[in-house]
Amino acid sequence: MITKRIIPCLDVKNGRVVKGVNFHNLRDVENPVELARYYSENGADELVFYDITASAEGRSLFTDILRETARRVFIPLTVGGGINSVGDFERVLSCGADKVSVNSGAIKRPDLIYEAAKLYGNQCVVISADVKRVDGTFRVFAKGCREDTGMEAISWIKRCVDMGAGEVVLNSIDTDGVKQGFDLEMLASVCDAVNVPVIASGGAGCLDDFITLFKSVPKVDAGLAASVFHFKEVDINELKREMLKHGIPARL
Amino acid sequence: MITIVDYGVGNLFSLESSFKAIGEDVRVSGDADEIFKADKLILPGVGAFGDAAEKLAINGLKEAVLAAVAKGTPLMGICLGMQLLLEKGYEYGEHDGLGLIKGSVRPIADVIDPALKIPQIGWNALIFTKPSKLFKYIRQGDHVYFVHSFHAADCEESVTSKTEYSALLTASVERDNVYGCQFHPEKSGKVGLNILRAFCEEG
Repeated sequence: MITKRIIPCLDVKNGRVVKGVNFHNLRDVENPVELARYYSENGADELVFYDITASAEGRSLFTDILRETARRVFIPLTVGGGINSVGDFERVLSCGADKVSVNSGAIKRPDLIYEAAKLYGNQCVVISADVKRVDGTFRVFAKGCREDTGMEAISWIKRCVDMGAGEVVLNSIDTDGVKQGFDLEMLASVCDAVNVPVIASGGAGCLDDFITLFKSVPKVDAGLAASVFHFKEVDINELKREMLKHGIPARL
Repeated sequence: MITIVDYGVGNLFSLESSFKAIGEDVRVSGDADEIFKADKLILPGVGAFGDAAEKLAINGLKEAVLAAVAKGTPLMGICLGMQLLLEKGYEYGEHDGLGLIKGSVRPIADVIDPALKIPQIGWNALIFTKPSKLFKYIRQGDHVYFVHSFHAADCEESVTSKTEYSALLTASVERDNVYGCQFHPEKSGKVGLNILRAFCEEG
């Protein structure tokens, strides 16, 4: 049986991991390569590298880091942040990324999804959506959750999947950072609308939040989080042992 | 030394790195003569069957791979590279494969529960169906990483392991010096590297 995936997300700025300061057992906690290796040896099923740099210099540092990670870490790597063109896909894929997630780049120019899927296959294209409730509807936000696009989220995600996105990362702005659990209602709506894997993001505060996620929304494929893993509030292997106890398929 | 056949489909960076990580000399080559003379061959691949089969036929690479296999060179196909080992592929029409393994490549949609997602993306367990040299360092039930919408069918006699995705799908095949994995050993952590290590020690 296919297992539910647990995915740590590393935010990388100017070649360093941010938000990961309290990590144990590592010489250099801000070194993305070391952190990635640590996770791959300790139960992570996949890693997301999110490039939050804006400068060209930071961007080239990011690809150096990515290449170095792909040399040493042998689990799937997804890259997001600053992906606006097929050229950006090529830039990170040639450095060892397996999947590329697009967010604002697809909002600006939806054809990007179609073009990338045609070139690299649907399995390579991940649509990442930042979604927030506005007047009782789910709305897509852009520019790091600052700008309401006015688009209804479920139809936007469906459209992206129809154009060739092979996976969805749903980040709920309403639950993100609150650490009170994933946005089960929003996730269930998306899972009912599409037939590609859906990755839950935003809201994980403790181990039980993941159990609740997979129990309440069985169609969710993966749980993604950053700080709960970086700060060791959740140990991935312990989480997976707990998942197995609850009858949730996991890879140990 | 391992030679990865470069026929212009997919990115070979991770695959190359995974052999280096287990201390194996490796090169990526699109040269028919180098492929014919290689100690061991890896046939990679992502994308669609027909397109890949067509690209492999350019510059004499297909003939070089077949000639190498005929003189006993161990060959391992990975993902679409494994599918190409079979006789036929039914992705966007009917296409000829290498015919090294009896059987054909068909949509998983034909056999799985319609409620399940396509492609199968993620980690799934190996169910051994026959002994294989590739399993020397791994165990039944170990998880490996799959990304696929098609599967090898009608190839029962060559199947060495399966994986359960509502139906049992071919995970690996073997016939004499020809091996194939539907999953990505280069993305399957330690288990995957151990499969590659076993292949390197073969022959």
